[in-house]
Amino acid sequence: MLELVGIQKHFGSVQALRGADFSLAEGEVHALLGENGAGKTTLMYIANGLVRQDRGEVRVNGVPQPISSPRVARRMGLGMVHQHFTAIPAMTVAENIALAAGWSGHPRDLGRQAQLLSERLGLPLDPNQRAGRLSVALKQRLEVVKALAGEARILLLDEPTAVLAPAEADELLRIIKAFAGSGGAVVLITHKLDEALRAADRVTVLRSGLVTYSGPSGAQSVESLARAMIGPGADLPILQGDGARVPTPQVSDRTLVRLDSLEVSRESGYGIAVRHGRLTIQAGEIVGIAAVEGNGQRELLRTVAGRLLPLRGRLEVARPIGFIPEDRTSEGLILELSLTENVALGMDDQTSWIKRGRIDWRAARRHTAELIREFDIVAPGPDVRASSLSGGNQQKLIVARELSRNPTVIVAENPTRGMDVSATASILSRLRAAADAGAAVLFHSSDLDEVLHLADRVIVMSRGTLMEAPIGASRTVVGQMMLQSESR
Amino acid sequence: MIRIGWAVLAGAAGLAILALGLEAAGYDSSSALTALWNGAFGSWYAFTSATLVRSVPLILIGLGIAIAFRAGVFNIGAEGQFYAGAIAATWVGLHVAGRPAALAIAMVLSASVLAGAAWVAVPVWLKLRFGVIEVISTLLLNFVAESLVSLLVQGPLQEPTGIYPQSDAIAEAARLPLLAAGRLHAGFLLACAGALVLWYLFSRTVWGFRLRAVGLGPRAAEVSGQIDSPRMGAVALLCSGCLAGLAGGVEVSGVSYALFQNLSPGYGFTGIAVALLGGLHPLGVLLSGIFMGALEAGAGAMQRDAGVPSVAVYVVEAVIIMVVLLATTPKGGWIPVRVIRRIRPAAPKAHR
Amino acid sequence: MDPVVLVTGFLAAAVRVTTPLLFAATGETLSERSGVINLGIEGTMLAGALAAALGASEWGPWGGLIAALVAGMVTAGVFALLAIGARADQIITGTAITLAAIGLTGTVYRRAFGAAGAGLSIPTFPPLRIPGLASIPVLGPALFEQPFPTYLALAGLPVVWWVLFRTRLGLALRATGEAGAMARAIGVRTRLMRAGATVAGGGFAGLGGATLVLAQVGTFTERMTAGRGYLAIAIVVLGRWHPLGVALAAFVFGLATAMQFLFQALGTRVPYQLFLMLPYLLTLLALAGAVGRVRAPGDLGR
Repeated sequence: MLELVGIQKHFGSVQALRGADFSLAEGEVHALLGENGAGKTTLMYIANGLVRQDRGEVRVNGVPQPISSPRVARRMGLGMVHQHFTAIPAMTVAENIALAAGWSGHPRDLGRQAQLLSERLGLPLDPNQRAGRLSVALKQRLEVVKALAGEARILLLDEPTAVLAPAEADELLRIIKAFAGSGGAVVLITHKLDEALRAADRVTVLRSGLVTYSGPSGAQSVESLARAMIGPGADLPILQGDGARVPTPQVSDRTLVRLDSLEVSRESGYGIAVRHGRLTIQAGEIVGIAAVEGNGQRELLRTVAGRLLPLRGRLEVARPIGFIPEDRTSEGLILELSLTENVALGMDDQTSWIKRGRIDWRAARRHTAELIREFDIVAPGPDVRASSLSGGNQQKLIVARELSRNPTVIVAENPTRGMDVSATASILSRLRAAADAGAAVLFHSSDLDEVLHLADRVIVMSRGTLMEAPIGASRTVVGQMMLQSESR
Repeated sequence: MIRIGWAVLAGAAGLAILALGLEAAGYDSSSALTALWNGAFGSWYAFTSATLVRSVPLILIGLGIAIAFRAGVFNIGAEGQFYAGAIAATWVGLHVAGRPAALAIAMVLSASVLAGAAWVAVPVWLKLRFGVIEVISTLLLNFVAESLVSLLVQGPLQEPTGIYPQSDAIAEAARLPLLAAGRLHAGFLLACAGALVLWYLFSRTVWGFRLRAVGLGPRAAEVSGQIDSPRMGAVALLCSGCLAGLAGGVEVSGVSYALFQNLSPGYGFTGIAVALLGGLHPLGVLLSGIFMGALEAGAGAMQRDAGVPSVAVYVVEAVIIMVVLLATTPKGGWIPVRVIRRIRPAAPKAHR
Repeated sequence: MDPVVLVTGFLAAAVRVTTPLLFAATGETLSERSGVINLGIEGTMLAGALAAALGASEWGPWGGLIAALVAGMVTAGVFALLAIGARADQIITGTAITLAAIGLTGTVYRRAFGAAGAGLSIPTFPPLRIPGLASIPVLGPALFEQPFPTYLALAGLPVVWWVLFRTRLGLALRATGEAGAMARAIGVRTRLMRAGATVAGGGFAGLGGATLVLAQVGTFTERMTAGRGYLAIAIVVLGRWHPLGVALAAFVFGLATAMQFLFQALGTRVPYQLFLMLPYLLTLLALAGAVGRVRAPGDLGR
């Protein structure tokens, strides 16, 4: 139904796609695998008309089609579910669907049409609810309905399960299989190998903009696919398999973080994000938070880091605190500033090169140069702008800055999001080293495997409540805990 | 940061548009531009007593606006703060007869600084307490200030004969000393000193660095845990108001010696052009303030000698602002909408 | 004085004052709903006013009205080119546009009419009596014996409301203003939306400027808009970005301003400058009360 032939695309000096081929047949679920930056999303953006290819051809039902915009793609029967939600939060479900489908008319009629459509697809939604108030799973459902609204036969899904709990993800995979079974076709972009093997009929693997494998999924195993993703010579990711947790001998009994009956309101200001929060972290210990997006982990972490004020409760955190925020480009760094300036940004007034309100920029530059060396940051020097660094190196700079302050407590939100394998390994080992040196580490990752792998103790958060996972609990057990009391 | 080349281009573009516009409107553009040049730089007297005198309020206001813009807040109300400063300076200046000059001047200028800060304190409070954006509130207060001046010079502050809508002249002691023969007064030194101090603050101190950081990345600054972004914005607005108020005080104490309507020919808005043309850099503001001072001084001469309305320089200022904006806008640049959509669409990380 | 005459006069004055504000605020509602805050609306009104004066002395009041519409759209088009086409900062671009409009209108006006000014030679719109409705006591003469632009402004409101809330275009426009990146991801041409809304809004502002010249003052003077464009922006906030709310807020404004005429008619000796300040102070007060509880379009100003 959909064919992409010899697609090339570059962004600036980066060659994102170097002649990639892809084909999708009726009735199949086709997984598109690859590491971050392999070109998966770009390839599907080209099919959806969001990005124009430099070379190559897009064919729909055998006919070459210049797909110049998502609107054209929709007319061709393509719908896309993006990695991030694209529903407008302030608008109702019905308005969001109408916008995607191109309906117009009285709100009452829009609501009825939206309801009919969502029920016909087997994905019921309340048309009058504001999209911003839906739970994460319902938001994802809305995205699927939007993508299918204009009679789409081809569905492109970009990492649709990243924000879902395991059971919710299974439900979604079931729905897309049914959709494919009824004469549609689905492209499933993912970097989760087991998911691809479970849900897909065929698999295509991209590496650095080239297809390294394409064929039926039955013939493949997790190992062979990982090999195709990472390439020969590279080490297999250390995170695969069940988390071989190294027991940490030096867990001391010095308590560095202590919370009791902590209550924090949501960042949006409405409602409670954390209830009866009770948690202690000892020196040398790594505590991982496992939670589905929007269950209060963000607020908990930011409260411990001193970036949010709790409503009530006891909060004792040893200082200084290192904080690695989730969004490195808008919260971690100021991209217009140089690396040195970005390092200075995180420093308090006790820093050796800040005296009586005066910054010694020369010493700051020396310090930054040291960090660049020590943390293997690929950068021409401390004076270049942070925007000129790759995402992985930007993240390393943040980690370097925060760790260079010798924090006794480290709080990290999704510290490896969007990192490639080597950067991920480097950042995780830094966190481990900091803990071994006596710091208390509290972190959250949306990748459950990463939490299980790195954490000494796992705390599950669900609707603002903290629950300690049993020592050595399996992925399934933790996954079930994440959904407990998630009755919305 | 704007490069010097862009600033020169902006100035040149403004003047070129002026020449073309005048030619198109049927004026003799060469004689108009000659008059403009002579009015600004034609003689030592013109340069010091017209250009530099005119540049003093522009530099002070421009520095203030640079502080605000650097911190990512908009002060579009410098005009109102200027008037508040002028009112306070006049009022104090009428009451300090007989005191030593140094004390009298210090009192007049501090009053104007405080008044400027007080005038901007209203938008600051509205912003912090109620979330009213400062763009609208500072703008609206300009009109209140203008009406207030009009009310005062026809009421409580009117000169004793009650004929002219202006205040009495302030005490001799409250007047800034002149620097040489002509009209150039000590306020010019004050403006230069202000630029130097601000340059030091911006480039060498933690405070100046954090102020810049708030402007470039308010979220990142806040999340760094070292900076209270809203407070920084408020402080920047207050500083900005202080400088605009000071400009009003210096104008009364150094040039007009009295309060009247239209004391400011739009200094508050010209100050925006000054700040942007100077690249928000204090020393750049000093230079661009003198440039704009020359432009406005020359415009007066142009109206006198060539019959070209002096408001025409507003067009020059607007063109300068636009060119500077285009030069400093990250990416985007000057490309038609359709082309931008094609070459820079929602690239893979565009969901921001 | 006869209270009925007084109240009628007061209401008529209020409607008269409201009309230009209503035009400008309706236009600004359109552009802000698409995510564009256009501070240049002050200059756009001014350009509309001068175009109306020039057009009317050449082709009569109707010509003036059309000239103002075109001038408003052209001015807003320049704003759109800079702020949307080149992504320059909206606030500063708006300020520059207003500055340019003050300079241009001043220069052109003096060139066209000389130092003496336009005088009162510009043909204007006479009051238009709507038969029947105008006979209603008190309200009739106030509401239904107004010059044509007032009726045009009132007619524009429901049209804008219908476009925003009942059409596909309006839905896409609101989505653009709420979350541009998301709207773009589902294929809305956000830049086109914004540019279109801004230019249309400029047309409204131009008509607002024309109303000042052709239905109120009868002549052009420099800087005659005196901050009405900025008031319109405040009115949009007070009216919660909804055409009906905006109309209500504009009318409350008109009432407050018309107090001036009431007090003058009653012969009270309050300095007139206080009345000049009143609308601005009221706006600040109202903004303090209103903001917190209303939500601006999510992507406004970005």
